[in-house]
Amino acid sequence: MSTVAISERRKTGAGGSRTLNRIVIYGLLAFFALVYLMPLFVMLVTSFKTMDEIQSGNMLALPQSPTFEPWVKAWGETCVGLTCAGIKGYFWNSIKMVVPAVLISTLLGALNGYVLTKWRFRGDTLVFGLMLFACFIPFQSVLLPMATVLGSLGRFGMTLRNATGYSFGFGNPTVNLVFVHVVYGLGFTTLFFRNYYEAFPTELIKAAQIDGASFFQIFRRIMLPNSLPIFVVTVIYQFTNIWNDFLFASAYAGTGDAMPMTVALNNVVNTSTGVVEYNVNMAAAMIAALPTLLVYIIAGRYFVRGLMAGAVKG
Amino acid sequence: MAFLEIRNLEKTFGNVKVLKGIDLEIEEGGFLVLVGPSGCGKSTLLNSIAGLETTTGGTISIGGKVIDGLHPSQRDIAMVFQSYALYPNMTVGGNIAFGMEIRGVPKPERDKAIAQVAEMLQIGHLLDRKPSQLSGGQRQRVAIGRALVRDPQVFLFDEPLSNLDAKLRVDMRTEIKRLHQRMGTTIVYVTHDQIEAMTLATKIAVLKDGLLQQSGTPAEIYNNPANLFVADFMGSPAMNLIPVTITKNGSGVSISTNRDEMEPLALGIPNAPAGLAAHDGKEVIFGIRPEALTDRDGADRNAKNIAESECLIEVVEPAGSDTFAVTRLGKKQVTARLRADVNVVAGQKTKLAFNLDKAVFFDPANGQRIL
Repeated sequence: MSTVAISERRKTGAGGSRTLNRIVIYGLLAFFALVYLMPLFVMLVTSFKTMDEIQSGNMLALPQSPTFEPWVKAWGETCVGLTCAGIKGYFWNSIKMVVPAVLISTLLGALNGYVLTKWRFRGDTLVFGLMLFACFIPFQSVLLPMATVLGSLGRFGMTLRNATGYSFGFGNPTVNLVFVHVVYGLGFTTLFFRNYYEAFPTELIKAAQIDGASFFQIFRRIMLPNSLPIFVVTVIYQFTNIWNDFLFASAYAGTGDAMPMTVALNNVVNTSTGVVEYNVNMAAAMIAALPTLLVYIIAGRYFVRGLMAGAVKG
Repeated sequence: MAFLEIRNLEKTFGNVKVLKGIDLEIEEGGFLVLVGPSGCGKSTLLNSIAGLETTTGGTISIGGKVIDGLHPSQRDIAMVFQSYALYPNMTVGGNIAFGMEIRGVPKPERDKAIAQVAEMLQIGHLLDRKPSQLSGGQRQRVAIGRALVRDPQVFLFDEPLSNLDAKLRVDMRTEIKRLHQRMGTTIVYVTHDQIEAMTLATKIAVLKDGLLQQSGTPAEIYNNPANLFVADFMGSPAMNLIPVTITKNGSGVSISTNRDEMEPLALGIPNAPAGLAAHDGKEVIFGIRPEALTDRDGADRNAKNIAESECLIEVVEPAGSDTFAVTRLGKKQVTARLRADVNVVAGQKTKLAFNLDKAVFFDPANGQRIL
């Protein structure tokens, strides 16, 4: 009885400050949303303006006569370095790199997580610790050693080509980037899946063993179908990281036909042929950002859920 | 020769010995219940039979065939887990058929087997549902169905009822017993619930700290416990265990114990076995089940040795079918089981009848049974 009275009093007494709290919270949220959305807004409106309008008008103003011209030009005509065929080729380069790199690193991470939680062996925590270490190694420190490794792979590819007439992808810059991203991503994907599978009921594995399922049958039929949330998290995380990577891309495929989107975008902006075409640059940047945006929108609702699932049990 | 034989089974985790040489066997069609407090090794023993744990010593054989080192799927066993362990991504039908699918059984045969099991367990209408859409009892049925469809030589149950609510647990218990009677397949069943053990088993094995304390029929375990642990663990309310002193008294003996606020209790056993008289002057533990400690008219008329004594009743607990009365003997709380309509009042003295035919005695030093 007395507790009810106390809580009643608290409610009425705190009424005024609660409204104030709400105002402060929503005000701050709106302010930061504005700060974050402003650059995107400027990019979007600029990409739909003509050059005249950009040079004469306000940066925040809406386009007077909206035009898709800059987008078309960015996609198919703008100059990247010396070739002027737009960014479309580089866009596909990135897709060709990202899709296999994300899929391979995610699947290997799932397999690692499965082994590290359900097929424990002596020293499994040490192995996991070492794999986690990969998450903390700065990109820059592996640039040169990795270049040496890739160089060796390239020479191996040459030998293969001489012997069989086909290099099997060794030395191909896109394959090189896939390799680098898979190796570098394994630490993260393993961490995600291990923490998720840690909470996965072991009795299911035992039941499947009694049912006669093999190591890979259990993985494919029991583990993978029940990993959707963490799968989505890992795919989003890997996709964003690999798509946005500039350092490895510029170091190992910085020139030539295999150049990924990020490097190409940099070259578009840096190519100086008279006037800087801000609208084309902005359109190109928007195109470069679209895939990650799409991945977030499509799979985003799983992202938070999956992160929480991993975090609580971790 | 027994159907399932466990010989000198040992299991160590690091430095910890979980099973310390277990010898156990059950005849074909028997229902063996492994019972004990948590951490006693009963689940480890079950997992060892299933092949989910590797053992460090001893052998297990089923039907005369040694199964040590065989993969779980090749031991011709099926297991029902505590958490049911249904595959969440498959339908009920898929769950039941998964093992057959892995073994490459053709689809028409699988469907036939599913239908048969579904009919037996009355889960036919659930076959297309996912486990998350089922209630606890339904999940339990599906888990049992998945085991039944294998038609194994031995069923293993790992605390299958402990996740169900009390009412459902009693229903499922009956159903498991009925299933066993109909199928006649050998079952090994793990539980920490001694009532489940008593009602289901044809043979009970009581474990504690990785050691087999006693094995035998439910009646043997209940009436002739081998030591203090078994006596205390089996039965609800638990057996009364009272420290008493033995005094030789002609051809018989008398047992006595001190009481608070009353003269000492002394019960005579006119023609006591010689074993008891040998403990003349020593202290032993006197064990008597609540149902052997009754009101005067409720005492067993066929019993040869009935001793009566006034006792101070501290608490009265009517349970509907019986009334439990709590008194205090030798600093121990002692429960008597009286008829429901008997007139007892807390704080007053009542004459209680001790059926000494049912009495058991233990050595207080090592807890072993004397008589």
